[in-house]
Order: sequence, then structure tokens, then C-alpha cells
Amino acid sequence: MRGTGAQAARRTRARALAAAAALALVLPLGGCRLAGQDGVVRTGPCAGQQSTGITRDAVKVGGVYPLSGPASAYGAIAAGVRAYFGYVNAGGGVDGRRIEFVVRDDGYQPARAVEEVRRLVELDEVFAVFQTVGTPSTAAVRDYAARRRVPQVFVATGASRWGTDTAHPWTIGYQPSYVAEARVYAQHLKETAPQATVAVLYQNDDFGRDLRDGFADAVRDSGVRIVAEQSYEVTDPGVQGQLANLASSGADVLLSVTTPKFAAQAFAVDAAVTSWNPVHIVNSVAVSPAVMASVEAGKIREIVSAVYQKNAADPEWADDPAVGAYRESLLRYAPEADPASQQAMFGWTAAQAFVKALQRMECPTREGLRAAVHRLDEVPVDTLLPGITLSTGPGDGFPIESMMLARFEEGRWTSFGEVVDTRAVFGPVRTASAG
Amino acid sequence: MNIAEQTGRRRLAVGREAGDRRRVWPWPRVTLAALAAVACAAPFLLTPYRVFQLTMILVYGIALLGLNLVVGQSGQISLGHGAFLAVGAYTSAVATGPLGLPYPVVLPLSALLSFGLGLALGLPALRLRGAYLAVVTLAIAVVVPPVIKRFGAVTGGSMGLSASVPSAPPWSGLADDQWLYLLVLAVAAAALAAARNLLASRSGRALAAIRENPAAAEVLGVRIAAHRTLVFAWSAMYAGVAGTLYAWVVGFVSPDSFTVTLSIVLLAAAVVGGPDSPAGPLLGAVFLTFVPAAAQGAGDAAPGLVAGLVIVIVVCAAPAGLAGLLRMAAGAVARRLGRE
Amino acid sequence: MADLLLQVVQGLSLGAVYAGLALALVLVHRFTGIVNFAQGELAMLSTYVAWQLLDAGMPFWAAFPVTLAVSVAGGMLVERLVIRRVEGGGELTLVAVTVGLLIFVNAAAGLVWSFAVRSFPNPFPTALGFGSAQSGFSALGVLGVVAVVMLALHVLFRHTGAGLVMRAVVADPVSARLAGIRVGRVLGLGWGLAAGVGAVAGVLVAPLLFLEPNMMGGVLVYALAAAVLGGFRDPVVTVAAGLGLGVAATLAGTYVEFVGADLKVAVPLLVIVTALLLPRRAAETAGQR
Repeated sequence: MRGTGAQAARRTRARALAAAAALALVLPLGGCRLAGQDGVVRTGPCAGQQSTGITRDAVKVGGVYPLSGPASAYGAIAAGVRAYFGYVNAGGGVDGRRIEFVVRDDGYQPARAVEEVRRLVELDEVFAVFQTVGTPSTAAVRDYAARRRVPQVFVATGASRWGTDTAHPWTIGYQPSYVAEARVYAQHLKETAPQATVAVLYQNDDFGRDLRDGFADAVRDSGVRIVAEQSYEVTDPGVQGQLANLASSGADVLLSVTTPKFAAQAFAVDAAVTSWNPVHIVNSVAVSPAVMASVEAGKIREIVSAVYQKNAADPEWADDPAVGAYRESLLRYAPEADPASQQAMFGWTAAQAFVKALQRMECPTREGLRAAVHRLDEVPVDTLLPGITLSTGPGDGFPIESMMLARFEEGRWTSFGEVVDTRAVFGPVRTASAG
Repeated sequence: MNIAEQTGRRRLAVGREAGDRRRVWPWPRVTLAALAAVACAAPFLLTPYRVFQLTMILVYGIALLGLNLVVGQSGQISLGHGAFLAVGAYTSAVATGPLGLPYPVVLPLSALLSFGLGLALGLPALRLRGAYLAVVTLAIAVVVPPVIKRFGAVTGGSMGLSASVPSAPPWSGLADDQWLYLLVLAVAAAALAAARNLLASRSGRALAAIRENPAAAEVLGVRIAAHRTLVFAWSAMYAGVAGTLYAWVVGFVSPDSFTVTLSIVLLAAAVVGGPDSPAGPLLGAVFLTFVPAAAQGAGDAAPGLVAGLVIVIVVCAAPAGLAGLLRMAAGAVARRLGRE
Repeated sequence: MADLLLQVVQGLSLGAVYAGLALALVLVHRFTGIVNFAQGELAMLSTYVAWQLLDAGMPFWAAFPVTLAVSVAGGMLVERLVIRRVEGGGELTLVAVTVGLLIFVNAAAGLVWSFAVRSFPNPFPTALGFGSAQSGFSALGVLGVVAVVMLALHVLFRHTGAGLVMRAVVADPVSARLAGIRVGRVLGLGWGLAAGVGAVAGVLVAPLLFLEPNMMGGVLVYALAAAVLGGFRDPVVTVAAGLGLGVAATLAGTYVEFVGADLKVAVPLLVIVTALLLPRRAAETAGQR
């Protein structure tokens, strides 16, 4: 036994020595490596800017989506994006450039998102990271994006920090921030029920807290009061207990800040509890065809949400050419996706916004794209609702800040009222709310 | 005693399981030296992404090395090692961020913290065995993310924390990722050496005795509970160190990084790699890093399908894990070479 | 008071689900000495089978027995194909194999049925109109079914020839085999029965929690806690523990400020640790197998 121990120790020493020797040998080589260099524009007005991943006839774009794991419902976004890029390529590409779209899976884990983005940037040498999904993954990647100076554009998360963060100029959001959405609901309540009492059910993460805090901020100094709050964890099996608690508050309004599964559960409990009939506001993230199909009509007083893009399942847009193109391309390029899915439409619309940004680049470089996404001036996108456009500017990294309210009636969403421009009503989002 | 054992359908103990400690590979030093040289040269030959991948493999390898102490040496099951990774990672992120401590201090600090926590949580190991310990540790892993969120003032809550990345000192002339790789490599080598020393010590022999025959060990005066708790704490320390390195490499920590999935996948990787072998952690880490990424080409749900299938097949067909297969292959090669 | 009642009712309906899955865990453990971490995923798979049948237009009470039959067959198949190869291996091997199954089944379900949330019809009427306790009817239905399953298992074990054979195998496999009993077949039956009970739990839980591949992830910890309290052997204690856990977690989430809704999941952890550390009985059954 002693012998084995001594032997092991000797082996270890030998290994340490060998390692030290090898290290001493290679250290002088420091810095140099046998790896390729990044592309740089050499001449002209764009000299010195990065041109990796973009050539005269192709541009390579990478996206990281949760195709597996707990948030894999958002994987449908990738299908919508793929369909739009396919549609653009069939029409000759963007300014003659074909879009090559590389999708990787992060399973909604931040560490894997970093790994996959590094893979996209360093191995696949993409021009830009077009979309990371979810606040954790996006937050994990943005330091790297800033360090490598790679655009991380139109991330699929509504956290308000992307728009206000000056330390990460390479990262920009896309959808209306959760704070903006909360403001739309607050505005609606202030106008229609100025003395309303509100019960809030929210997911205990960045998304849920952002929206809840935004709502609390927006109703401050008004007659609308939050009288009960309950949170849940994504890992909880159900929210029945939370709902029972909220029901006892007898509030006039239930604000359901949830993801699809829990929204469906909240609807079911609301329908079952006949002694409590609040106006049921559900945030847009939770709205999916499957969830709304489960709602028992007539048992819930009123269901309200906010929308900003056209709904392919809505007969109102049945003859809309933009929605027609969407349906057709989705069938051709991503047949596995459900055209009625909000996520697929989200991907399609965001991809369209991305292509518009590509077209607006003055230099075909990463710096050019960064400048373009920060200089959008009421750019129209045909699958956004009429009256909603993309606008950004210096210090304003929120492309979409307008939304419309919609009511769920007779099995479909019907928008009502005017487009609410939250920037006009409430002023710019000042700081990211506390996490 | 397992039912199946009593019914006589028991797999024959062969090879290392039967106590065979013969050397199958005649040139261990040469091979190790070559491996060490390759490992040191790698960051200068590979692209930054590959270096990053290797670094991640080493980080997971350190965590698995710790898990193997519990699983392979002590014969217990932990489905909660993600929790210790979280402790290490958050210690690093908080200490270097808000507290402003320098890097060299952070590593021992988080090692100490996770060791202490492992000692405290290892108390169940005093009384629990096998599946029961697995159940308790699984529950711990489930509770970790909400607890991190609860103390948002320190941990940044659900938004996570950016952890600052150690940058290469100017005198070395290295790029940051190369420096980080060499740093992690040094820690991994130290961790491996420490684990081997631990196993060759009195404590390691006591563990082997406990695993093979607890009753006999107790009769011989081995304090089972104390040894088990201690090894659990050591194992937690390894996971904590791996967590710290993880924070350095990824540069960001959040509750979603340390869900129960991580703990489950770690255990699976330990088993696939080979829980009772020095090469096991490395092979397990390679499995953890490469298989999901490679399987992804086959379809969206393929990573889970392939990972699950590989685990079941390896456990059914090669109980000693990939390391066992490697050992068999090495033995075959050595015999053939020897005959010539 | 009405609030408390509503909380208790909601807690019971969740607790019945925990109890159902815990029963399945206990069954498998009694027969094969395995803690089946994949039990929840197998139940989820059964629920998808039921959903597929309903989607094809089958009435609920016709789809239910078909689902049960498919699940029992599926459980036996898993035992035959996978578990029998590792029987006699250590605890680690057994846990690892069920963990592998868990990952595999989850991904497979996602591949076949996608990760979208689906609603599942409730076989029991949900509202009756008795103030705040009306959703209790559904909970009562779930409870009733779990009680029936529990009794059926009890009768099967105690009062039938098949039950006698099973008990013989559990008590002394070697003698049972010498007496001509096909031990392997009985073990397979144990897995089949457990899968069947899991299917019942899944079908009952689906209207409440909605159907998706990760549906059972959150349930498993609670079910494990209930099974631990039942010492992984006593069905009655297990069911009681499941119900108690459902109510306790719901009430603690509401009335204990420190726990709150976010740390509710710590309740089963506390229960497991307390149960295992304070009375030596459960710990001994774990250690001396």
C-alpha cells in the first residue's frame, strides 16, 4: 500500500515537472497562434472596419435559440426567421447578398449560449448574431459581444436594460420592452377603471419582475392600486395555490404576467372560481393558440392583452398580402412550424426588421450594422400592426415602443382603441428596473 | 441486498471491479508526458473557440473529478452537485465584482466556502445511502435557483451577475483566452494530483474498504460516517472550484445556469465517463461538451435523445464507462504491441 | 375562512397528483428496489398517448382504459429491454439508467408532440357553484380515483393469487424462483403496474397543469418526498403524505412569510430531510436493503 502511494506521488511529481517544462518551452511563443485573422476593410471610407462574414454576394448570420429544454416553445422563433430568410433569398437576397442563417441550441442555459455564440463568431465566422432568446442568455452573451465587437441585434427579450445600457453598444433589443407593455395596461386601466384594484400573478424572474415593476411605476399616483401579489417559479408544477390567494383579495383586475403554461392554468382557475370575476389581463408573451383554445368561453369576464404584430390566425388579416406571404413561406421553408403561432410570426417580423437594417447599412461592415440599427427612423414592417414602426436613435435602443390593446372575444383577438405610443405618454424608459 | 443478486442473475465481477490492478498500458509516463505537452501546446495551435471549448472541458472535468470522489470512491450518489458549482461561481462573481477582491484570493475562498457547505450538507451522508442520498441532493438542486433569487441584493437576483474575466498579465504576452486556459489547466493538474494523493492516503484506503464491505470496515475500526462526510465535503470543494473557474470562463452567472438539469447531467456524465477511473472525468466532460453539440445537426430534439440513449447504452453495455472501454482498448493495443 | 378552504382545496388537488405519482414510485421500489427517476416522464408519455386518442375522437372513458393498457405494456417493455440488463448492478447504475431514461423520454416527447402547451379535457365537472369551494369537485374526483387505485393495489396484493406470487417474489426471490415462479415476469409486471398507476396520475393531472413534455418535472420532487415519507413501501402513508405535502406547500406559500410563493419548493426538501434524519426507521429501511 505504501508503495502505491509513493509511486503515485512520484508520478505526480514527474507530471508536474513535464508540465512545467512544456510550459517553459511554449511560453515564448505567447500571443502568436496558428489561427486565421478577422476580415478588415482595407480601403475607402469604411477602412478599418470589420467585414467578417460578409462578402459581395453572401452574408452569414447566426442565431442561438432554446430548441430543447424548458423554454423550447420559443424555438418556433427560429422557424419564422428561417422562413423569412428563405423568402428573401428566393427573391435575390439583400442587395444581392444571400443570407446564410446558422441556428444553434442553448437549451435556455446562459453558459451554453456563450459557448454557442463563441462558436458562431469564432468558428462559423458569422457577420452578426441575429437573436439570442431570453434575458439570461442575452445578458450572458453581451459582454462577449462588446469585447469582440460583434453586433448582437434584435434580441428576443423585452427586458428594458438592452435599450438603456450604454456599456454594451453592440447589443440592441427589438420587441416592446416589458416596461412599455406594462404601461399600456396601466394606461388602459387609468382610462377605463380609474379606481380599479389589481391582483398580480408574476413569474419570479427578470421578465416577471420587469413587467410587474413597470406596472407598479406606471400606476403610481393614480387611483389604480395593486392589492395582492403572488409569484411563482418556472419549476413549480402549478399556480393553483397562488390563484386561490389572489382570489381572496377580490380585486377587480387580474394581471397575469406569465408564460404560456401558467397562463393557461390561471385561465382555468379563473373560470372555475365563480365567486371572483376579474378583468383578466394576460401579457403578450403568454398568448399562444393552444393557451387560448383552452379558455372556457363565458366563464371569464373579459380577457385583455396587448399586441403589436399581425395575428395570422385572425380573420381580420386573412386577405392581407403580408400575412399571405408569411403563411406560404412558412409552409415552404419551415413546414414543421404552426403558422398560427405568435412565436413564428415574431421570428418572421424580427427577421424582416433585420433585413431592413442590413439594407440601411452605409458600410457593409459590423460597424455599419451597429450604426444602422441605432438609426432607424419610422421604418415600416408589413407584419407589424398599422401605425407601428421601428424607431431608434442615440440613447434610445427600443425599436418598438407602441402597442395596441386587444380583447379576446368569440375565440379570437380583436384589437380596440388607438395605438398607444408609450414614449409619448410616459416619456422614455429611464433606467432598467431593479432585477 | 438487491433482489436480482439473490436470484443469481448477477454480473460476474471482472477487471478492475474484481480488484485487478494490473497495469494494462506499459508506458504510462511517456503517455502522460505527451498528453501534458499536447495540453500545454494546444492554446497556441488552436483557434480561440477550440481553446474555449477545451477550457470548458477542463472546468467540467474538475467538477466531475469531485463528483467521482463521492460516486466512484465512496459509492454514494449525488444529484445535487450543481448547487456547489453555483456556490463557487457566485462566490467568485460577488467577490471579484462588488467586493473587489483580487483573483488569486477568490479561488481558495470559494474552495473553503464550498468545503464548509459540503461538510454541513454532508451530514445526511452520515445516515443515508444510495437512492436516498440521491433524493435529498436532488431536492437541494431544485431549491438552489429560488434561493439565489431570494437574496437578490447580493446575487443580482434573476437578472444574474456579470463576473469579471481574468485578463492575461502583460509580461506573459498571452491572449486572454490562452491565459485562462493555462490557468484552468494548472488548477486541473493540481486537482488531479490532490485527488490521487487523497486516494492513496489512509483516508482513501478507508473509503475503498467502506465501499467494498462496510460491515468489515466498521469492525476494523474505520469510522464510516466521518469518512463519508469528509469525502462529500472534498467533492463539494472540487465542484466549488470548478464553479469559480466556470464564472471566469463564461463571465456571467445567473440562477438559470444552475438548474437541476445541470446536476442531473453532471451525474450522467460521471457515469458515462467512468466513475472509478482517473480518465473518467475527462471523458465525461468531453461527452458533456461535444455530444449535445454534435447531435444538434440531426434535429432540434436530438441532443436529448442522443444523450439519454448514450447514458442507457453505456450503463447497460459498459458499466465501467467510457474509461473502461478505453482501458480495454489500451489493453488490446498493448498486448498486440507486446507480441510483436 | 373561505380563503383558507379554497387554499386547502387547491392544495389537495395538487396533493392528489403528488400522491398518484408517489404510488407509482413506491410500486417500482417494492418490486425492484429501484427509485425510478423517470417515473414522471413515463407518466407524461402515457398522458400524451391519452391525448392522442382523444384527439382522434375517442370518448374519454374509452380512451382511458386503452391508455392504461398501453402504459402497462410500455412499462413491462422498458423493464424487459432496459432494466433487466442492469439488475444486480449497484445503486449508481440503477439511478443512472433511470436518469438516462428521463432525459431520453423527455426529448422523445418533445420530438413527437412538440413543446407547445396543450389543454386536456377534464373528466370531472369543474364548477358547481358552492361559493369558493366549487373547484373542489374536480379535486374530489382526483382524490376518489387515487383512493380507488390505492385500494385496488391493496386488494391485489392481499387477496389474489397474483398478489401472493408477487409478495413471494418480494419476500424471498430465491425461494420463489425455486418454487417455480418466473421471477423476471413478476418484476416486469411490477414495472407495468407502476406505469399504469403513473398513467392514471398523468391523466388526472393534465387538465390541471396542462400537457407539455416538462409537465412532470415539478411534480417529481414532491412525489419523491411523499414516497420517502411512506418509507417507499406503505401505499396508505404515501397517499396521505402526498396530500399533506400539497396542502402544506400551498399554505406555507401563503401564510408563512419567509417561505413565500418562491420558496414553496423548499417544503418537500425540509420534509425529506426531517423524515430521513429524525426517526431512524426510514433511514434504516434505506440502509439495510
